[in-house]
Amino acid sequence: MLYEFGHIGILVIIAIVFPIGAVVTSWALQFARIRPAVPSDPVKEDIYECGVLTEGPSLVQFNFRFYYVALLFVLFDVEIIFLFPWALVYDTIGWQGYFEGAGFIGILALGILYAWRKRALEWR
Amino acid sequence: MALPMLLTDHWYDIRDLSNLTNPLLDFVGDNISSELAYILGPLIGFIASFLIFVLPSQLYVGVYGERKLIGRIQSRLGPNRVGPFGLIQPIADAIKLMQKEALTPKTADTIIMNLAPVVFVAPAVLLFAVIPFGPRMIVANVNVALLYYLAVSSLPVLAAFMAGWSGNNKYSLFGAMRIVAMSISYEVPLVLAMLGVVLFTDTLSLQGMVLWQKEWDIWVGMLMPVAFVIYFICVSAELNRTPTDIAEAESEIVAGYLTEYSGMKWGLFYGMDIGYALAASAFAATVFLGGWSMFGLDKIVPPWLLLVAKTHLFYMIFIWTRGTLPRLRIDQLMAFAWKFMLPVALANLLLVATERMLWVDAFDSKQVFLFLFMIVNFASAAAIIYAWARFLGYKPENHPTKPRLVKEAGGYVPVGREVR
Repeated sequence: MLYEFGHIGILVIIAIVFPIGAVVTSWALQFARIRPAVPSDPVKEDIYECGVLTEGPSLVQFNFRFYYVALLFVLFDVEIIFLFPWALVYDTIGWQGYFEGAGFIGILALGILYAWRKRALEWR
Repeated sequence: MALPMLLTDHWYDIRDLSNLTNPLLDFVGDNISSELAYILGPLIGFIASFLIFVLPSQLYVGVYGERKLIGRIQSRLGPNRVGPFGLIQPIADAIKLMQKEALTPKTADTIIMNLAPVVFVAPAVLLFAVIPFGPRMIVANVNVALLYYLAVSSLPVLAAFMAGWSGNNKYSLFGAMRIVAMSISYEVPLVLAMLGVVLFTDTLSLQGMVLWQKEWDIWVGMLMPVAFVIYFICVSAELNRTPTDIAEAESEIVAGYLTEYSGMKWGLFYGMDIGYALAASAFAATVFLGGWSMFGLDKIVPPWLLLVAKTHLFYMIFIWTRGTLPRLRIDQLMAFAWKFMLPVALANLLLVATERMLWVDAFDSKQVFLFLFMIVNFASAAAIIYAWARFLGYKPENHPTKPRLVKEAGGYVPVGREVR
């Protein structure tokens, strides 16, 4: 199996070289006749804010709801990771394994209900 | 795993394109060195998949087809100036993007800003490695291909966040926060839907899933319609396609995380968005629509052509939804992910688990049971989705006590259409 992953490893090199090549080619074109380098000026180097000068710092506060979403995601993703091995040995574990898995999914459902009840899913 | 021997080894049998490249690889392996052949194998596979699938699809389905079809949906003509029917338009676009100057703001974080397109593009190339194009046409036949695909396809979120943060722009930051929140929200039901498929087919290998569908003469998409619908919606949210593209909503935040990008760096983001959509379509075609197999038709038609056709069909639905549905708000999207998709995905998983347990016990009549499950699942899909939507949607504020005319609400009524 490591033999097959080696193929992916070779593709990683292509995957990294290809975008770097595209960006470098585009950068190198300014030395060719096609697109001469345009001298920069303060307006050109300013960040874009619909045509006016930027007011205050750019890295501003954002909604704290994003943290709730991230927390919920971590919880559910970790729990789903436990379900993948369960799904793969499903044939051998029989009805007992089925009910254990169902109980686990039930706990997941209780978790989402709790988050819902605590208004962690509202976006206001 | 035993491959069904339906293909011959003659070089002229284009149903399996590896017949053309295998003599070269054998020659290199025998006469030069086996290490070189090992390196050359994935290279040839990559170039072949690029030539027969990625490049033409990217240019003529992703760019040209999408613009043309959306144009027709909106009663426009679409691109029709460059070449016959505008067919050279995507190439002209690529040349134009290559020439443009890439601006970088003075206050931006230059290293991360230049790194973000590379981090964004690299996973897109890696995704196509595990898609099987035929019984033997696969770059890396990994036995955990589905996990690999899910892991790699969630990497571009990182690049989008890098792009949004490094631009030092308020709109970029908002776009980045939005895309991260939305992608991770829709990741959960997507993985749960995939879990149902893994449970039933009992394998994580994509080639194995295609062979399972071939063996039982059924598509997983027909067997588990709920999983298919969940996959489509979640992937369209993760790819930032239009009904859910709040991360780059041009009417709210200028261009989202791409605001400070221009030239080829922007072009890489744009092009690889299409690349990801194509990879997701190919993955959906493989997992849900039978991949390269099609009820015996793959003995006559080249299997890789079948996969490409299914991928384009799936991509066409992407374009259709993009041209039809209006953009949603972020609170609607988040509520949809957590309150609708997640419970429905959990219900679907329980249903599939029960069916699989019954299926193991059915020794002689497994095919009949599959057919029964298909009917039951279609019925239960309709029931689950309708019941849960009914439960969620029935709120007093959504149902005003007295119906109002458009005119009374202050809306515009065309002359001659007045209600008397």
